Amino acid sequence: MIIGLSITRDIHDWLYGAMPEWAASLTEMVLIALVYLGIFAVAGLFLVLLERRIAAWFQQRLGPNRVGFQGLLQTMADALKLLSKELTGTTKADTFLYNLAPYFVIISSLMALSVFPFTREFQAFDINIGLFFLIAVSSIGVIGILLGGWGSNNKYALIGAMRSGVQTISYELSVGLSLLTMVLLTGTLQLSQIVEVQKSGWLIVQGHIPAIVAFMIFMISGTAETNRAPFDMVEAESELGAGFHTEYSGMKFAYFFLAEFINMFIICAIATTVFFGAWLSPFGITESIPLLGVFWFLLKTLMLVFLMMWFRWTFPRLRIDQLLTLEWKYLLPMNLVNIVIMAVMVWLNLTIKF
Amino acid sequence: MLRSVIYLAFVLISIAGIFFLIDYNLLAAIQLTVYAGGIIVLIIFSVLLVHHIEMRLEMASIAKRITTAVLCIVGMGVFIYTIFSFEFKMVDNKQTTTTEAIGERLLSYGEGGFILPFEVISILLLAAMIGAIVIAKGTKLMVKNNKPT
Repeated sequence: MIIGLSITRDIHDWLYGAMPEWAASLTEMVLIALVYLGIFAVAGLFLVLLERRIAAWFQQRLGPNRVGFQGLLQTMADALKLLSKELTGTTKADTFLYNLAPYFVIISSLMALSVFPFTREFQAFDINIGLFFLIAVSSIGVIGILLGGWGSNNKYALIGAMRSGVQTISYELSVGLSLLTMVLLTGTLQLSQIVEVQKSGWLIVQGHIPAIVAFMIFMISGTAETNRAPFDMVEAESELGAGFHTEYSGMKFAYFFLAEFINMFIICAIATTVFFGAWLSPFGITESIPLLGVFWFLLKTLMLVFLMMWFRWTFPRLRIDQLLTLEWKYLLPMNLVNIVIMAVMVWLNLTIKF
Repeated sequence: MLRSVIYLAFVLISIAGIFFLIDYNLLAAIQLTVYAGGIIVLIIFSVLLVHHIEMRLEMASIAKRITTAVLCIVGMGVFIYTIFSFEFKMVDNKQTTTTEAIGERLLSYGEGGFILPFEVISILLLAAMIGAIVIAKGTKLMVKNNKPT
């Protein structure tokens, strides 16, 4: 197997010692899947809480603060409530596709989550095309949204799904190209190798001006790809009800909701890995304690998450034509020029290295 | 109608899975992006635009369905028989094909390089793109060209 999870080397050895090989590798896979499902659920729920608290802070109110200390258990309670809710379905919907849609969304974000190097040895699937795999997997998620919109037999859902499809497909280009700019600098697609390269300076420092431009483009198009405000025409409340998940209720709605937040986390985690050195500490201050890598990774990611939430609560929503103009007339040409500049820079060795 | 598109998507994603199993990661990811992410989304879009959910497709008659089922089973039988009767050579595949190797081979002009097909395909793509723009612009372009004369 390619799975190299060596923070649990002991468990791994113990499993292979206690069981025949096939059983051990099976148990290991199940364990890893459970760990990632746990991360998925907990991270999603706490991101929702974070979003609500930050929204409250921006609007000068308190936000949820009654359930648990400072409202820490609020979203857990919400999840329980959603679990116990009745699943209403429409009779005229295409039931099979209607039920399938949330799983597409959630599985694609789970798969993307599996390749991140949370710390040196905490990475489930260190594939040699890591970054490309991320782009590939994130392009599948949109199928779920389109299915949900079409399957629920609802005008608003259909319009929302169409908008989402257009938006995701166009902004995927920018995400891919801005990551490609950074790949020019690293010379590899493997995420663990990308982190290794950054030991002599984070890429945003190494690549200075083109890297900063690429980072800005990445954050803008990443926000658009996750369908968050100011790019949330997909679920514009004033126009479309709730967009593609109008007909969903209870836990199925929660799947979409969770997947949206996890996608935001994924975009920020990609940015952390590619631009800000993943689990590397600033100036290598805690290099002797490898476990702190998780802390640094999460800290950087959460700071970027905060940035995205800041976007959401400060910018007004764009119109669909403005959105497409922004992508095709500004971001894409900028991106192409940026790639050329980066290539010349790497060729002439103008990068900053410590 | 959209269901059949989804079945096609499952087939394409499974093919990507097989590529992952034989450790040919680049092709697997390409399969995912190009087929599952690109072509399937394109087909879904066209279905979304032309087909309403309440339109039901006409069901084929029972005789036709039975014929199709029998043909499918025969075809599958032939496939399975061939796969099981063929002596596959076991290849010790410990080596993962890296993206670097593929890229270098693609751009080398020496022995066994693929630079010529690569360039030809890029010209073909360029032509396709220009063609798409011309079709999309349609009458607007024609009017502009005709005016000066």
